[in-house]
Amino acid sequence: MSDTLIWLVAIPLAGALTTLLLPRIADAVVMAAGLATAIAAGTLLYGVGTQGAMIYEIGGWSAGLGIALRADGLSALLLMMIALVMLPASVYSRTYFSKAAERARFWPLWLLLWTALNALLLSGDLFNLYVTLELLGLGAVALAALGGGRAAVEAALRYLLVGLLGSMMFLAGVSLIYAGYGTLDMTALARIVEPGPVAGTALAMMTAGLLLKSALFPLHFWLPPAHGSAPAPVSAVLSALVVKAAFYLVLRLWLEVFADAVTPAAANLLGVLGAGAVLWGSWRALRAERLKLLAAYSTVAQLGYLFLFFPLLQALPPGPARELAVGGLVLLALTHGFAKAGLFLAIGIVQHHSGHDTIRELDGTAQRLPATTFAMALGGVALIGLPPSGAFLGKWQLLAGAVATGQWLWAAVTLIGSLLAAAYIFRVLGHAFGHQAYPNRAVTVASEEWPALLLTTMAAVVLGLAGAPVWRLLENGL
Amino acid sequence: MLTAQLLYALTGCLIMALGLRTALLHASLLRRVVAINVMGTGVFMILLAIAYRGPELAPDPVPHALVLTGIVVAVSATALALALARRLNAEHADE
Repeated sequence: MSDTLIWLVAIPLAGALTTLLLPRIADAVVMAAGLATAIAAGTLLYGVGTQGAMIYEIGGWSAGLGIALRADGLSALLLMMIALVMLPASVYSRTYFSKAAERARFWPLWLLLWTALNALLLSGDLFNLYVTLELLGLGAVALAALGGGRAAVEAALRYLLVGLLGSMMFLAGVSLIYAGYGTLDMTALARIVEPGPVAGTALAMMTAGLLLKSALFPLHFWLPPAHGSAPAPVSAVLSALVVKAAFYLVLRLWLEVFADAVTPAAANLLGVLGAGAVLWGSWRALRAERLKLLAAYSTVAQLGYLFLFFPLLQALPPGPARELAVGGLVLLALTHGFAKAGLFLAIGIVQHHSGHDTIRELDGTAQRLPATTFAMALGGVALIGLPPSGAFLGKWQLLAGAVATGQWLWAAVTLIGSLLAAAYIFRVLGHAFGHQAYPNRAVTVASEEWPALLLTTMAAVVLGLAGAPVWRLLENGL
Repeated sequence: MLTAQLLYALTGCLIMALGLRTALLHASLLRRVVAINVMGTGVFMILLAIAYRGPELAPDPVPHALVLTGIVVAVSATALALALARRLNAEHADE
């Protein structure tokens, strides 16, 4: 069963190399590799659910000397989300890049990004995390630059420099950890780390690097241009998955590896930055003139909610209330992944059919592309956090935690942020309706519109109604 | 007491800080790429200092392996940065 761990890295990597060498059959290879990776992710999720966390030692070398891959409930859930987002996004990319030559350049990078994401989530030691972070950054930058034109290249270059700066900060923290504790294995570190200057400084440096990569306010300046000028399927995975990977690392470090060294003041600082992200991101999304920038600023805001959980988790004693909050946090992250990916794909379709994504000029989009507009609305439901979306349950736990620990400020920020989200979503929908008659068919181009519909339905309906297994899977970890 | 190991590590910190300062404060693209490389060199130097385990023992191989991997990563990232910068330059020339 633990073989699945290596397959999750090997299949997309082999696919990436095959598409590079044999561009003629690339489309078929991507679909086959994507399906196989998704099946592997499903198998892993089932395995972790029934047998608990898994370890795979590459080449039989034990951890310390060799590289060990690890998966627990949290990483299995995120791996499943990655597969379920990448697969529809791959189908959509086939229509988005209509020329075979464009796709030949795109597929190898696409599968490499998938490989890096999977490898990052399966890494069990800090140095592997640094390497996979860099791989992820390189793949993401190359994909972001595919948009062509000056704006895209400039944004990609800035994205690369910010990413490098973040990784260097992370590596400096890693070297401190090795000097202090003599190991980089996260499970071993979680046992031996104690509060003190070494742990504090190392955690501060690694976190600073990761916050830069996860675009937490006020370090978000690079995200809107990079996500706003990339091709639609690329924006979708950058916003839905790539920033989540950096957030996942912050979560692991703060709640698991350095759990003993984290102080309430540090957790409050993350909360304050998160609150700034929620308010500023939502406000900028409301003022955005282009749909893609709206979606990008909404990502800044949605990441803010995830950071609001840190002061709550710090204050909650271990027990059912804390487990509920952790589950809410993960469910919120999963929901945002699906909703934002679907929203970006829908925006891509609007842009393709009307030639622009200016919000003021959307008039009649609901009549021309009813299914796409419906997908945007469903994504909006999840971003606002209306029931029955997964985000509703997540925000509910956020509010419950804030009330239980008496930290009313975070509850107020959540409510204001949700109101602003409702405002920016309804602003888009308001512009989308025109006075034309409705066509007889809802779906105009099936292969183009289905992926976005599937993703947003997942976020707005499935995760909310069938989100309970998330808590069960997280029972043993964090 | 200032040992050679500490001296190396502190110099590494200083180089890293210098690189970080330039990367944050200067707008020039090439300068920032170089600054990030300088910063990386500082981090690698700290790792090399950590590897020292006294005159009797051989140095710890793990930090060495980390530095080697780090150099490979830094070179590929720099290559990508330069490629993008060239592309940007070409687009400037076209206008």
